[in-house]
Amino acid sequence: MDVKAEVVEILNTIIGEDISDQMDDDFFESGLLDSMATVELLLDLETKFDIQAPVSEFDRNDWNTPNKVIAKVESLMG
Amino acid sequence: MLNLQPYADPKYFIILLLALLPLAIGLYFGKRFAWYEVLVSVVFIFLMFDGHKYHEGFALIGYMIWQWLLVWAYTIYRKKANNSWVFYGTTVLAIVPLALVKIAPAAHWTHVTTLLGFMGISYLTFRSVAMIMETRDGTIKEFNPWLFLRFMLFMPTISSGPIDRYCRFVKDINSVPAREKYIDMLSKAVHFFFLGFLYKFVLSYIFGTLLLPRVEHMAMLSAHANGGWSWWLIGVMYAYGLDLFFDFAGYSLFAVATGYVMGIEVPMNFNLPFLSKNLKEFWNRWHMTLSFWFRDFVFMRLVFMMMKNKWFKSRVTTSNVAYIANMLIMGFWHGLTWYYIAYGLFHGVGLVVNDAWLRYKKKHHVPHNKFTEAFAIVLTFHVVMLSFLLFSGFLDTLWFHQHH
Repeated sequence: MDVKAEVVEILNTIIGEDISDQMDDDFFESGLLDSMATVELLLDLETKFDIQAPVSEFDRNDWNTPNKVIAKVESLMG
Repeated sequence: MLNLQPYADPKYFIILLLALLPLAIGLYFGKRFAWYEVLVSVVFIFLMFDGHKYHEGFALIGYMIWQWLLVWAYTIYRKKANNSWVFYGTTVLAIVPLALVKIAPAAHWTHVTTLLGFMGISYLTFRSVAMIMETRDGTIKEFNPWLFLRFMLFMPTISSGPIDRYCRFVKDINSVPAREKYIDMLSKAVHFFFLGFLYKFVLSYIFGTLLLPRVEHMAMLSAHANGGWSWWLIGVMYAYGLDLFFDFAGYSLFAVATGYVMGIEVPMNFNLPFLSKNLKEFWNRWHMTLSFWFRDFVFMRLVFMMMKNKWFKSRVTTSNVAYIANMLIMGFWHGLTWYYIAYGLFHGVGLVVNDAWLRYKKKHHVPHNKFTEAFAIVLTFHVVMLSFLLFSGFLDTLWFHQHH
């Protein structure tokens, strides 16, 4: 399973635009992702990759760019 | 007997900085004197709750034992099992003392207030409830009684926040900032102290002490003749709203600055809230540690639960329900009065409207330039000010409790 492609696709669907050219941009700062969208992201990642990503684990400094989300998912899949 | 209320007068600052001096010297040379820090905290907390406030001191001790037992027992339980009802039960038990203290004035239970109430109970409850939730999620795995006490009773923030998070706090308290970083923190602390003096002792004094009583008096007089309405209410709105901001932001700056001197990066509470272009942005800039607490421990969890169990088909309905519930709970937390609850509802509905507007803007072409931005800032400011007038309780006095 290509984690990177899958995560990008999930993010694209939630945000509603293609983010593959802004893999290191902070999506909280740019306002692309709000708390609502964040929960959708966590739920989608949970279903797609069968990982446990509870709300408390979600630290806005560790999850704020597409690349960091990919890294997190990979580490949670361990 | 000497009683020192936090950041109340120049004497407090002098005593505080003298007491923190050895700690600062230690940090400068790369040492954190944990025992000395605890000693200073204990002495200052004692001075807050001694003298005529002794019953608050006993309430604090009882409260701490209660929370200590709950968090400890839940951590032990959580290692073995993870039943949702045990989690809900523990959370409710952690909130019970605060809930009783909040219900007491409305129900006229004066004994409950004397027995359980103390300054800062809300802020301690936010910390311990967050710990229980993070323990459930597995973010906190061990109960460390020593760190628990230091986190809960961190002196600079004990009475009114900012609300820190356990994991963030522990990282700071278990390390020493590098010398360059610490010097930078000290220079920020000096800046925050002086900005705080300007906010609290100059601007809040002007708006709250000099102006507010006068405009309130005028509003009372003219409303009496005009069936409850008076143009002076607009003056009350501005004076109260600006006093609220400068008083609380000033206090928060003191707490953050004191934390920095102690080598702890206490999170900021305000970020130029009156420059917000919409209500959502306002809540990311106003009383931030409280609004982020509600975002992470109420809003996101509610949304998570509603989405996972598919309560509503529509994403919009889900977020609207969560907004209203979130802000209503915040209203209730302020106290059981109609105006606090109305304030919560006002902001819940405000966020729903705000979100609808943002969705509309995404789909349709809406002109956007410097003037629309300036208009948005002015509009947001006034919506917020209006909500503060509601929050102030002045309308309650004016309409329902005016005695002649």
